[in-house]
Amino acid sequence: MLLYLARRILYTLPIAVGVSIVCFLLIHLAPGDPLSAVIPEGASPEVVAQIKTAYGFDQPLPIQYLNWIWRAVHGDFGMSIMTRRPVMSEVAPAVVNTMILAMAAVLLGFGFGILLGLIAGYTSGSLVDRAVTAISVTGVSVPHYWLGMVLIVIFAVHLGVLPAMGMGAQGSQTFALDWVSLRHLILPACAMAVIPAGIIARSVRGTVIEVLKQDYVQTLFAKGLPPQRVFVHVVKNAAPTVLAIMGLQFAQLLGGSILVETVFSWPGTGFLLNSAIFTRDLPILQGTILVLSMFFVTINLIVDLMQSVLDPRIKRA
Amino acid sequence: MTATTATTITIEAPPKGRRPISRSFWQTAWRRLSRDPVALVCGGILLLILLAAIFAPLIAPHDPYRTSMARRLLPIGDARHWLGTDELGRDLLSRLIYGGRMSLFMGFAPVVLATLIGGTLGIVAGYCGGAINMAIMRVTDVFYAFPSVLLAVAISGVLGAGLVNSLVSLTLVFTPPLARIAESVTTQIRNQDYVEAARATGASGWRIVFGHVLSNVTGPILIYASSMISVAIVIASGLSFLGLGVSPPNAEWGLMLNTLRQSIYVAPVNAILPGVMIFITSMTMNLISDSLRASMDVKV
Repeated sequence: MLLYLARRILYTLPIAVGVSIVCFLLIHLAPGDPLSAVIPEGASPEVVAQIKTAYGFDQPLPIQYLNWIWRAVHGDFGMSIMTRRPVMSEVAPAVVNTMILAMAAVLLGFGFGILLGLIAGYTSGSLVDRAVTAISVTGVSVPHYWLGMVLIVIFAVHLGVLPAMGMGAQGSQTFALDWVSLRHLILPACAMAVIPAGIIARSVRGTVIEVLKQDYVQTLFAKGLPPQRVFVHVVKNAAPTVLAIMGLQFAQLLGGSILVETVFSWPGTGFLLNSAIFTRDLPILQGTILVLSMFFVTINLIVDLMQSVLDPRIKRA
Repeated sequence: MTATTATTITIEAPPKGRRPISRSFWQTAWRRLSRDPVALVCGGILLLILLAAIFAPLIAPHDPYRTSMARRLLPIGDARHWLGTDELGRDLLSRLIYGGRMSLFMGFAPVVLATLIGGTLGIVAGYCGGAINMAIMRVTDVFYAFPSVLLAVAISGVLGAGLVNSLVSLTLVFTPPLARIAESVTTQIRNQDYVEAARATGASGWRIVFGHVLSNVTGPILIYASSMISVAIVIASGLSFLGLGVSPPNAEWGLMLNTLRQSIYVAPVNAILPGVMIFITSMTMNLISDSLRASMDVKV
């Protein structure tokens, strides 16, 4: 077991390094000079060279990468070009806000997804099952940013019961556990929850049908075990598959929240990324993407490890 | 017990006048698909949207780019503009019809490109194995390790807005999963006895790839790619929605959603209309993909 865990963690390291290389190279993909926002108009070549040396852009790429990643693992992602503040102090609160939104969406989406999936799986082939399948296809297909707009139209414009923008009173940037903040959370969380709800309902349904077909489940029923105790077995056997999909969905939510955050002006990473793109604030862009993708890699690792704990068969593969 | 009773075996004569039907895999799949009511209805709707987009100049009632300050944000059901007008007084119905051109293209093109690139990479990796496999698959793993929307936004954001840049970023997003599927199927096929036999009888590498590997990889790849199209339409429109896709005044559903968003309090129904098109297209594509999967009876 320990050996497997160690191997799995070791396998993740090269991926993490690869991800950081891609993040590093992103800046060099950008058309024009990455320093164009820093270098003043009409600067003499000497000044340009001086700035390049100051930012380390005169060194070969591999050296630049090593310097960058060395500072990054120490929490130094450079300075924002727009605000002249450390990137970390901009990204950290945004990540927290995105996390709050993603968590709320996860609770909603996973709850509904599992519930619907179980109902459909147990009644497969019936009208209820068809209805649930239709709902889940809708959930998977709907553009969530558009759903956000629809929710705003219904609940903010027509009914006027929920706020459409921001995170709290007066453009607050930090989340407080009070009624005002929670009310701001409802609509974006619902818009974001639809996709995971649809995907999880589908996979729970499929897995439950699969498990119910197994011989040992037939045996359990045959020996007279009450359905609620059989249910425990079903859940146990469906858990690893569903867990893997849930982990992936949670990770995708962190990265995919950019669109919903833009619709609702939620001050998270998506909002930060969006403004960084249009002000060409490359350090912010790079830092946000690095932090988010590292979260993604880590969550995938945790899911893998949890899966192997739950289902020892996976370890051998 | 029944084992002791004599069983009579009757051999039925083959039905006269009709040769026993044998169908190939693709014929069976097509037969099932053409009898699936969901696939037929969805295919019909998609075809309608596609035809409307192709023949947009013939169908559209108005010029999609003609603005009119006097006729801004007219409601749905207007006598001249059936689906109303947008924030610059342009006819919404015409813009939705024209918008299908760009939106459908951005849904299909990246997936087709990714299928070709990812499929080739996966087959090469799976067939060659060893160091080549390692090199190709580890690089795809790295790109697979990004959340898909984030990767698309990051690349488009860095390269700048535009049709070609969105195409590049979306292709890059969809290539790794397709390469993974092609690689795993190819690796499985490569170790089958019949491929070994083909190799033993002197079949060339090309012959094995085109004769055996490709015919096995096509099904799973096709199913996965078809399910990616709806994702591509949603993400591509999402990029335009963020202002990273095509630039105004082009008609594109995501971009229309973006510009109409400013008018959400004034004309809410008009503002959400372009999203309905994205939703319908992505939904029909998802249902077609499900039917395709059922018709081929493949688990991906």
